[in-house]
Amino acid sequence: MLPNFPPDSVGLVTPQTAPFTEPLALDCGRILHGYDLVYETYGTLNADRSNAVLICHALSGDHHVAGYHEDADLNKPGWWDNGIGPGKPMDTREFFVVCCNNLGGCKGSTGPTAINPDTRKPYGPDFPIVTVRDWVLSQARLADRLGIQQWAAVIGGSLGGMQAMQWAIAFPERVRHALVIAAAPRLSAMNIAFNEVARQAILSDPDFHHGHYYDFGVVPRRGLMLARMLGHITYLSEEGMRAKFGRELREGKPNFNFDTEFEVESYLRHQGHAFVDRFDANTYLLITKTLDYFDPAADFDNDLSAAFHRALARFLVISFTSDWRFAPARSREIVRALVRAGREVSYAEVPSQYGHDAFLMPIPLYHDILRDYLARVAREVNAHAA
Amino acid sequence: MRPELDLISEWIRPGARVLDLGCGDGALLAYLHTHRQVNGYGLEIDSTNLVQCIRAGVNVIHADLEAGLADFGDSSFDYVIMTQTLQAVKHTEALLDEMLRVGRQGIVTFPNFGFWRCRLQIALHGLMPVVKTLPYHWYDTPNVHLFTLRDFEELCRRKRIDILQRMVLDHAHQPRPWPHWWPNLLGEIALYRLGRA
Repeated sequence: MLPNFPPDSVGLVTPQTAPFTEPLALDCGRILHGYDLVYETYGTLNADRSNAVLICHALSGDHHVAGYHEDADLNKPGWWDNGIGPGKPMDTREFFVVCCNNLGGCKGSTGPTAINPDTRKPYGPDFPIVTVRDWVLSQARLADRLGIQQWAAVIGGSLGGMQAMQWAIAFPERVRHALVIAAAPRLSAMNIAFNEVARQAILSDPDFHHGHYYDFGVVPRRGLMLARMLGHITYLSEEGMRAKFGRELREGKPNFNFDTEFEVESYLRHQGHAFVDRFDANTYLLITKTLDYFDPAADFDNDLSAAFHRALARFLVISFTSDWRFAPARSREIVRALVRAGREVSYAEVPSQYGHDAFLMPIPLYHDILRDYLARVAREVNAHAA
Repeated sequence: MRPELDLISEWIRPGARVLDLGCGDGALLAYLHTHRQVNGYGLEIDSTNLVQCIRAGVNVIHADLEAGLADFGDSSFDYVIMTQTLQAVKHTEALLDEMLRVGRQGIVTFPNFGFWRCRLQIALHGLMPVVKTLPYHWYDTPNVHLFTLRDFEELCRRKRIDILQRMVLDHAHQPRPWPHWWPNLLGEIALYRLGRA
């Protein structure tokens, strides 16, 4: 018996696996001889295959971006379910939406938890560190496989926004629109510092075993949990935390010990615990490095506008006022470079107290902007197809 | 608004790069895109207008003009346009400077406070004028600097800004013959094309 899904949900979805046997030469110099990409699609690809939209996921995301899995909790749809579905800003009546779990991930695409054919054991720490450029190359092969020559739009928040930028730079003719949300042209020293503390938390966990913890039947729970707790602080904002938790004591009075006393402590511990059960520590380490290395301007004499010069896509850049992980100023760097490069760009700074997490929230102004922008993209695609 | 869009568009070279400061719902840029094939961006602070621009397919950048135009390089646009905005900004002089740094030419339109009806309302009634082009009361107006054609031209002279062209319109944005006899008294809206001397 299938439950009744909300009418604006894509409903029950089933992930698919695309195996690739053609070797992929990675930025780090190593070659991945074969790999799988797990992906989901929603909506219908039109006759001339022009209405496809690629969603790129961020650090802890995966291919399950909307709808429900058969065995999963009905309260837990995909990670961007509020944005994707019939009648939602990314309207599946108009678009064929694709999202894949990136290489190095831990949700089915080849990554540290996958079996290395050479050793018949999990790759673990031997899985190569992949870059945003590697991801985009692998996504392009998935597009080839699906018969998609050009994306109507590539959309992503945070690290996903970096992939959208990289797509527009690496494959100018294959991207009509790039939606870059709550992103940055590259990480600041402070961003890298936070990533480094997160990595150290994992690396120093006695259960880490140099990344070979699978062999020992353990996971570096404490390290991964700390890393996630730290990450979560950077995803929120001070005003948002004040509004959500204040200084509320769970038992109404101080107990003068180190148990969970304040609501915010309880929240962080809960987030940390929940994350350990669904995420792999080696993947977490790997993706924080992917973030650290992203710098599309590096190949162009550190001139970001030179990098964008070759892009052909129209851009929509969105930031959120209380996001201090990738603050509005970082998005304005992207916009400035696009304007200097003569590219078409619109930019909105959305007021919000949700911090970096805002890009996943159904903030009315934010969703209006996405909806109106993508409605034009749909009309453009349909005009072409007609 | 059409005639004003038309008049401005006549001043714009086809295919030019245009920056519209305080672009509102993007009507001017959409018009210039259709009729002059310009590449352009609008700067806008109001989020309702921003959504309108996005709906219209106009490139719009969320920005506060009072913070200046530091994100834009020298002479990076052929024209920087400011319609009915100059009277509503605090840093008038700085914005004029920025306009002519970023743009090779500037185009400015504003309501003329020297219009005879304004003068008459102050002179006869001793009240702040409320006219079609300045429809607000003193307590609810978004305008912070009211000025006349002569005031503006005096500022341009002092700042060594070249007035390349001027037009005066009535409140329906129509160019009429009579304002030209006595622009500062009979003109309700002024259009200027500016350059750096």
